[in-house]
Amino acid sequence: MTTTVEQLTPRTRRNSELGLLVLAIGIVLLAWVTTDLNRNGTVPANIIPIAGGFTVLVLSVHVVLRWKAAYADPVLLPIATVLNGLGLVMIHRLDLARGKLGTDGDAYRQIIWTTLGVALAIAVIIALRDHRLLRRYTYVSMAVGFVLLLLPLVPGLGQTINGSQIWISLGPLNFQPGEFAKIALAIFFAGYLVQTRDVLSLAGKRVLGFTFPRGRDLGPILVAWLLAVLILVFQKDLGTALLFFGLFVAMLYVATERVSWIAIGLLLFGVAVFFALSAFTHFQKRVDLWLDPFSPQNLERSNQLANGLWGMASGGLTGTGLGAGRPWLTSFAESDFIFSSLGEELGLFGSVAILVLYLIFCERGVRTALGVRDGFGKLLAIGLTFSVAFQLFIVIGGVTRVIPLTGLTTPFMSLGGSSLLANWVIVALLLRISDQARRPMPEIPVGVASDDPSPAEVTQVVRMS
Amino acid sequence: MNTPIRRISVVIAALFTALLVASTVVQFVQVKSLGAMAANKRTLLDNYSRERGSIIVGGQAIAKSVPVEDQYRFLRTYPQGDLYSQVTGFYSYQVGAPYGLEHASDDLLSGDSDSLFVRRITDLLTGRRTAGATLELTINAKAQKAADDALGASKGAVVALDPKTGAILAMVSHPQYDPNPISSHDLNKAANAWEKLSNDPTKPYLNRTINQLYPPGSTFKVVTAAAALETGLLSDENSEVPGPAVLDLPLTTATLPNENGRACGPNNKTTLIHALEISCNTAFGSLGLELGGEKIRAQAAKFGFGDSLTIPMRVSTSTVPPDLNAPQAAQSAIGQYEVKTTPLQMAMVAAGIANQGKVMTPYLIDSVRSANLDVIESTPDPVELSQATSPETASTLTKMMVSVVDNGSGVRAAIPGVKVAGKTGTAQHDPGKPPHAWFISFAPANDPQVAVAVVVEDGGVTGSEIGGGRVAAPIAKAVMEAVLK
Repeated sequence: MTTTVEQLTPRTRRNSELGLLVLAIGIVLLAWVTTDLNRNGTVPANIIPIAGGFTVLVLSVHVVLRWKAAYADPVLLPIATVLNGLGLVMIHRLDLARGKLGTDGDAYRQIIWTTLGVALAIAVIIALRDHRLLRRYTYVSMAVGFVLLLLPLVPGLGQTINGSQIWISLGPLNFQPGEFAKIALAIFFAGYLVQTRDVLSLAGKRVLGFTFPRGRDLGPILVAWLLAVLILVFQKDLGTALLFFGLFVAMLYVATERVSWIAIGLLLFGVAVFFALSAFTHFQKRVDLWLDPFSPQNLERSNQLANGLWGMASGGLTGTGLGAGRPWLTSFAESDFIFSSLGEELGLFGSVAILVLYLIFCERGVRTALGVRDGFGKLLAIGLTFSVAFQLFIVIGGVTRVIPLTGLTTPFMSLGGSSLLANWVIVALLLRISDQARRPMPEIPVGVASDDPSPAEVTQVVRMS
Repeated sequence: MNTPIRRISVVIAALFTALLVASTVVQFVQVKSLGAMAANKRTLLDNYSRERGSIIVGGQAIAKSVPVEDQYRFLRTYPQGDLYSQVTGFYSYQVGAPYGLEHASDDLLSGDSDSLFVRRITDLLTGRRTAGATLELTINAKAQKAADDALGASKGAVVALDPKTGAILAMVSHPQYDPNPISSHDLNKAANAWEKLSNDPTKPYLNRTINQLYPPGSTFKVVTAAAALETGLLSDENSEVPGPAVLDLPLTTATLPNENGRACGPNNKTTLIHALEISCNTAFGSLGLELGGEKIRAQAAKFGFGDSLTIPMRVSTSTVPPDLNAPQAAQSAIGQYEVKTTPLQMAMVAAGIANQGKVMTPYLIDSVRSANLDVIESTPDPVELSQATSPETASTLTKMMVSVVDNGSGVRAAIPGVKVAGKTGTAQHDPGKPPHAWFISFAPANDPQVAVAVVVEDGGVTGSEIGGGRVAAPIAKAVMEAVLK
């Protein structure tokens, strides 16, 4: 961070964002119309309100960014738009195949959730003028995160779906609180680690070239580990456990710059997984399905992994075309397997394009973490980014047979409100942090205008440390 | 903190690399192997939603795909019901197409055949859905109908050939079944129909003309006579042969008697032609002893025994066992012991004799047309399978077989105004059951247009040669008449 660079007066790049947004909206609408043309041979009758609504929705975020976060990263929003849109198209496409039309359709609900998600993102961008304000809520976030994580275990509230108890049901709504716990815990870890990083990174003994932490400093990682084990044992959800523990270890490593934490983390998690594998048939079955999804016994037991792979293979390089494949043959085609569904109809070219979009999204997240000046912001940005990347790896790695299949949602694309809302909040937070990262440093931090929160927050950080 | 953030970004890149590689493996490297898996419903539905080619006999479709409004898009129907059930087989969503042309010519009917490659490329470019090829068969609809009617309620098989080309003119196997319900898109109905068919002890799905092996009985005496004439053991139809009431077999206490218990001629002697007319067991048994097993086997092989044929359905291999000792050779010479043949093979014997000793390779598909009726493969040039006998031997055998119909056991195959050559057979197969009744024939003897083999299971009368003549010969006659008229 040299001042010479800052003096180049960085551009806001809002116009680039607008251009990319138009492109993103164009891709989504083209996909939507293609689907209907391939299925019914007609342009959908409601294309005007859908196109108009989608455009207004997305552009309103753009306008809010111009107004409230002019220096925010220009690529994050267009990518979130195109991913959310393609997910919608696939859900709509599956509705058509199943004859669920209009308000009966999953797409209808998903459109409402998208609207709410975008609204929530706008609310976060407007209400949260500076991400450092979140540091105040470090321990509140911890409490919220833990409660959300363990909520599905409350009798009468938790729902076991697909062998894993990661859902809660509130009246007609099924909710995956883990999606929000992810954000709450990222905030907590960032706030907590930025406070304790010096102790965790400096104290310790050197053994075999590694500096190992003192026994009493192992407390936090043990608590996180215990939480992961609880999720593993009681919710039988390897994916969520892996995601949280991975998130914590990654953030711990970034905060302390000590590889030994990763080694300890891997060891602890290895022990937990080994224990879970030997104790629960639920996990053994999943590993068995992963190793040989095509054996007759395993097909009898669960053919979703095999069906997803067959679907992707049937798409080949170029895909069957939207609306022309048979993604509905795979169970959970609209949620866990939405990547397979899109891969079937868009081909390898489509799968790679989607993965590259996610990769660019994460790259922008990393860039934000590198660029932002405060430690809390760095940790929060890399934590949120890593959580998206790691979640994507767990779910898409599951459907492409890189790792055993565990149920997690595909960010932005899966059918489901909790996941959409949570991911739009992540986008909002990354946009907010990136605005801080790219905004030119105030010339003189003395006597600044009262509407610039940065200096005040900087002071606060000093006080809390 | 920027150094660890950069390292984490390397981890993220590695995770994505794994996903990109995995997607490439699934969607590029393993496309064929995943698509070929039997349990893969998408491949199945792909095949079903393609317009499968029709199978045509005499301008009428005996199998065609009709567009329907469900996820399979096309329903396979068989307008003639039972009549062509073993020729076409069926095309079922659950069971697939295990039998008949639906199985043997699947790549043509589905449009996957390499011979349709150019069409597939143009279809890809024009965005048209590839439709399968249409097969036109060699079957003569009248002959098929006549064979079916004549066989009636009996179990058995009738197959007719054009002796000059090898074209199959009729192919009927009883019992039959209706391929329509098994091919239904009502999956319950289809499952029930398949359950019923696959559990039927009479095996209606079996094409008895090509996939059931029978002992040929006395019809095989024609082959023995051919061997005797070809090897020079006998010079012509009037050569003298032994014809006692009972033939003593060497190496064993067993004997080989005539069915009626009488000698075939005065002084226990007779002529070859008379021996064939009355189907004299002892005469052909002693020819078997004199020729030995290998010569009979070699002659049979020239007619096609031991060959694996595809028409394009796979034809079971007819056999005369090797290393026969003397009594086995005598038994084999009259079509018993372990001699096993398909009706098609015996039709090929008759056709070979009819065609001056030249056996033509049998075939069922006359031409293959693409969906828009361009000919992809036109009528094949007749392919000679083998020269089974010299033209002279063939003409001697023809003379003898005409005599069988004119003066002997095959009188019921006689057609007024047409010279018919034939040979009856009554084949023992199970001591507790009546023998199979056989008849092979061709007509007209001077300019053969059709060769027929008929077998009626359990249709004979034990201890009598009349079964083949009484039961099977009229069926052969009906088929020959249908072709000749």
